Amino acid sequence: MRVLYFAWVRERVGAGEEEVTPPGEVATVADLAAWLAGRSEGHAAAFAEPARLRAAVDQAFVPLDAPIAGAREVAIFPPVTGG
Amino acid sequence: MIRVRVSTEPIDLAAEMASIERGGAVATFTGLVRADVVEGQGSVATLELEHYPGATEAALERLAAEATARWSLSAASVVHRVGPMHPGERIVFVGTAAEHRAAALEACAYLIDRLKTHAPFWKKETVGGGTRWVDARGSDDAAAARWD
Repeated sequence: MRVLYFAWVRERVGAGEEEVTPPGEVATVADLAAWLAGRSEGHAAAFAEPARLRAAVDQAFVPLDAPIAGAREVAIFPPVTGG
Repeated sequence: MIRVRVSTEPIDLAAEMASIERGGAVATFTGLVRADVVEGQGSVATLELEHYPGATEAALERLAAEATARWSLSAASVVHRVGPMHPGERIVFVGTAAEHRAAALEACAYLIDRLKTHAPFWKKETVGGGTRWVDARGSDDAAAARWD
């Protein structure tokens, strides 16, 4: 699965995207963030506060408890600030 | 007619306005980069806009389609600039056209309110030599929610 990061999540992780294969027990976006946090110090800093994270699965915006089964692309980012 | 564009190019207001002139009423909103003052650090020197390519355009098209259906618009246009820009520059343009003014004005307000909370853009400011990501504001959530 392709994971995309934006804004300060991207900066803390140190990459805009990566290809990952989470284990089967990683069922939701929140599970994925918690699992990704173990990859590096940067990941840990990016995903330390789940309340500050938003997500999209296959480019559709979803809550963090949304399932990721079968997803090709999961994006994790801060609350949006456009306009 | 629905037009959505995300671009690093400056927004040409005359061209954007002319492109949606149809029906009896046209309403537009233009957002400019503000030179906000940050306590103890001076004012914002540059603003950098990041977005989620693909998902951004899809989100804007969905919002424009919703507005078109809800207010029977003859045209809806959303143009958002990304990349680096300076105070005073245009960051976003929203234009709506309908038979009468109420529909055009309401749809225009709807589009900018929803865009701020429903489209994947992120602002980063340069202030006093340092940079910081702009935090989302609760007042924007409230403005978007009034259209539910």
